[in-house]
Amino acid sequence: MAEPTPPVLDLRKICVTFAKPSGEPFPVLANIDVSIQEGEILGLLGRSGCGKSTLLRVAAGLIRPSSGTVSYRGAPLVGPTEGIAVVFQTFALYPWLTVLENVELGLDALDLPTGQARRRANAAIDVIGLDGFQSAYPRELSGGMRQRVGFARALVSNPILLLMDEPFSALDVLTAETLRTDFLDVWASHQLPTKAVLTVTHNIEEAVLMCDRILVLAANPGRIAAEIKVPLAQPRNRLDPAFHAIVDEIYSILTARIAATTDPHGRVPHGLVQQLPEISADRLGGFAEALAASPFDGQAELPGVARSLTLQVNQLFPIAAALHMLEFAELHESTIKLTAAGRVFAQSGTDARKRLFREHLLHFVPLAAHIRQILDEREDHRAPRGRFEFELEDHLPEREADNTLRTAISWGRYAELYGYDDRTQVFTLDHAAG
Amino acid sequence: MEHHAEVLSGAIWQPRPPGWRDPVAVLLVLGVVILLGIGIHEMTTPFVVQHQPEISLSPAVLPYYTLRTVMRMLAAMAASLIFTFAYATPAGKSRRAEMVLIPILDVLQSVPILGYLSFTVAFFVSLFPGSVLGPELAAIFAIFTSQAWNMAFSFYQSLRTVPIDLDEASRSFRASAWQRFWRLEVPFAMPGLIWNMMMSMSGGWFFVVASEAISVGDLHLALPGVGSYVAVAIEKRDLGAVGWAILAMTVAILLYDQLLFRPLVAWADKFRAEQTAAQIVPKSWLLDLFRGSNLHQVIGEPLAAAMKRASRARLSFTGRRHRHPRWSPPRVVGESLWLGLLAGALVYVAWAVARYAGSALTWKDVSIVAGDGALTLARVAILVVLASIVWVPIGVGIGLRPRLTARVQPVTQFLAAFPANLLFPIAVFLITRFDLAPKLWLPPLMILGTQWYILFNVIAGASNFPSDLREAAASFRVRHWSWWRDVMLPGIFPYFVTGAITASGGAWNASIVSETVSWGSTSLSAGGLGAYIAQMTDAGDYPRIALGVAMMSVLVIAANRLLWRPLYAYAERRTRLD
Repeated sequence: MAEPTPPVLDLRKICVTFAKPSGEPFPVLANIDVSIQEGEILGLLGRSGCGKSTLLRVAAGLIRPSSGTVSYRGAPLVGPTEGIAVVFQTFALYPWLTVLENVELGLDALDLPTGQARRRANAAIDVIGLDGFQSAYPRELSGGMRQRVGFARALVSNPILLLMDEPFSALDVLTAETLRTDFLDVWASHQLPTKAVLTVTHNIEEAVLMCDRILVLAANPGRIAAEIKVPLAQPRNRLDPAFHAIVDEIYSILTARIAATTDPHGRVPHGLVQQLPEISADRLGGFAEALAASPFDGQAELPGVARSLTLQVNQLFPIAAALHMLEFAELHESTIKLTAAGRVFAQSGTDARKRLFREHLLHFVPLAAHIRQILDEREDHRAPRGRFEFELEDHLPEREADNTLRTAISWGRYAELYGYDDRTQVFTLDHAAG
Repeated sequence: MEHHAEVLSGAIWQPRPPGWRDPVAVLLVLGVVILLGIGIHEMTTPFVVQHQPEISLSPAVLPYYTLRTVMRMLAAMAASLIFTFAYATPAGKSRRAEMVLIPILDVLQSVPILGYLSFTVAFFVSLFPGSVLGPELAAIFAIFTSQAWNMAFSFYQSLRTVPIDLDEASRSFRASAWQRFWRLEVPFAMPGLIWNMMMSMSGGWFFVVASEAISVGDLHLALPGVGSYVAVAIEKRDLGAVGWAILAMTVAILLYDQLLFRPLVAWADKFRAEQTAAQIVPKSWLLDLFRGSNLHQVIGEPLAAAMKRASRARLSFTGRRHRHPRWSPPRVVGESLWLGLLAGALVYVAWAVARYAGSALTWKDVSIVAGDGALTLARVAILVVLASIVWVPIGVGIGLRPRLTARVQPVTQFLAAFPANLLFPIAVFLITRFDLAPKLWLPPLMILGTQWYILFNVIAGASNFPSDLREAAASFRVRHWSWWRDVMLPGIFPYFVTGAITASGGAWNASIVSETVSWGSTSLSAGGLGAYIAQMTDAGDYPRIALGVAMMSVLVIAANRLLWRPLYAYAERRTRLD
């Protein structure tokens, strides 16, 4: 038997820690082991904020892990290197360079003679289906064409490992489908010297369509929750029952994680610092209404409801999490089911809905209850935002703390639990119902 | 003079909270100004510049003089560009350099340029004794100071706001520092840089006129140029010659716009970072002509190819750099060493100022300067308010009519660029002719040239006002005062603040040449800090010039910190939807 070749990329015990405003470390990724084998497309799947993009940047050499080792074909990786190329979610095209110049940028570091660089750039443009657009500027192109430039620029240097950071998520559904299929065709035709692909996505179906292996990440701190092999042959069919089974399995894993992190009864240690999803009360109401109506009648499989409401996973999960948190719904495996209160919430008029929301907010969201309590205790019924920010930032990084507080403000205003004046950045009871 | 052109160019201007760095920078810069003044005073060598050409009043030589003036502008612009790259790059890349360089830049842009002209003239003349190169460089330096600070600020801000995805892309393709600078950072900064160049160029004409003919004590300098031409015309009471100078300057400014800036702006359009196609694409007939001609193929393309090759060269001497993620802990030892060094420099400057100023100046001087400063401050405030009352309604009226805007905006731009000091002789002639009170009629000259910035910005604000908001107001029949209060004034507020900052900054500078004026042997003075600085310059009293300049700088900085910046931050916050 031949000696096994080393993995293309090997990540061992990767931890990445950012500093909270208070200076304490905040773990983003904890103890992650990933190895990418020759010939495979590996997917990293997870909700926003689980650190999957950070992990990709570690693999690209753009971020150094706080601890752990990264080795590329057996040698330690200390920074961006020849042989690894990245496709960005936002395309990251230079607006002042033409398509051809943008692609040639991928060769800058190789110091090739001008003629040779041009030949290779034109070849890459040809493979990726951009012929004829060489002299166009990015702003003249549609989103799909722009991302093709992103692909051509990454592939022009003949990378061994291709890293893709949500490459299709900024595109509309149809364009994304076309680009994905085209990419899979190029990959399957073995025209590329590329040996392996690591792709980050929040779209479950996309992951199952593309990847040979999927790592599901869990958040806070980011870690691998599950590894799923996709043994289906390419091209894959969405209607295939085996395809469905894998999609459902991933949904269940993700919902189980939501249920565990937002369970109202299991949150004692840091009750206050429960992160609130950025979802408006209106959106919750709309979703609850849709769920209460036929064909769901209060209960639905998440993949089905996502399809029927044309919601992306990264849009669906925060809503589900919020309803679960407020005890308007229960999440179980890949099913969401409205509670009795949730049904009433879905069917009431504005005033009754607000009253119910207010009650649940007080009971199940400790941060909201805390803000109200402080306001009640104070003689002038006013409290500066900074005070709560400070409390939150003890446990959350700045951005998450800010987002959570914003949601608390928005929910509190909707429930008329308390008011907030942005000019003075002060919470008040001015517009609160008695 | 401060230009906050970022509102117009679309970038977000982040006001830094004032901290300990500001007073430190003020002390550093003003300390050096005062020390320079005292130092020059103590130099005993008399400055003599031989072979000064006689300035002729014949209109025939005026084209030549104009050419000389324009050449000075170009030289200053080249110098400003080099300074920008050299100064703002370390400030944008190193936190330690930023700590020192940015507050200093901030103070520098508040120091009245005409105030320290006398120092720089003396300095450059002593650098090249007996040669016209000295005064020539001093004039160029004056224009340089009116442009360089803005441009450096703009470049620094661009460096700090390079989009993270483009930054990551350049890192993942392992661009060297040189490649990164020319392929990413400079192109990204280009629109802001060119806009600031254009805005500061407007101020530049004012300073080139003021700096060509200058007398410091016994030193009388007159460089061949439009400014000197006007100075001689004033001396000889020749109103016709003033008219010729105004004409020559008008032609020069128009040519500059058409031949330099229009093509530059049209060319730089491709550097806009937004990915959407623009509604209005800037056009230049010259650029189109050049692009369509053979000249382009013969000269332009090889040049572009050479520049591209240069920008792609790796030129990496340091080997590959590995950036640590930004959250690495501060290195305490280096930091304290650096801070210690700064504190040392500061203590030295404070000590030196106290020692030398004590011997040359008395408290009485300080109180005189403070009184004059208050007078000029009041004038600037009143004039900005008056100009706003006049120009805001007119600007809104123009800005809401797109066709009128298209016609008026180039005119206001021209008026803002036109050096108002060329018009002073006419005003002074009228004042003496009709025996008007100088204390009442001279101060308006301060805002003569800079009021256009208010109009210009208000027009820009009104024409950018979202049309759906206007239609909403119309359909709800919001009218009269409530239309102004709730709809239009909040909408143009950030633009107005930008214009008013520029106008007031310009007015401070202009006070030095407008509070004291002459017509032949008649000399009029309105008092105030500008007049004080002008008189001390005439007398060659360097310590008192320095004191006046320091006082003016403190007032300008105080106005910026206490009024304009909070207003600006407020405007930013309130007119944002997300």
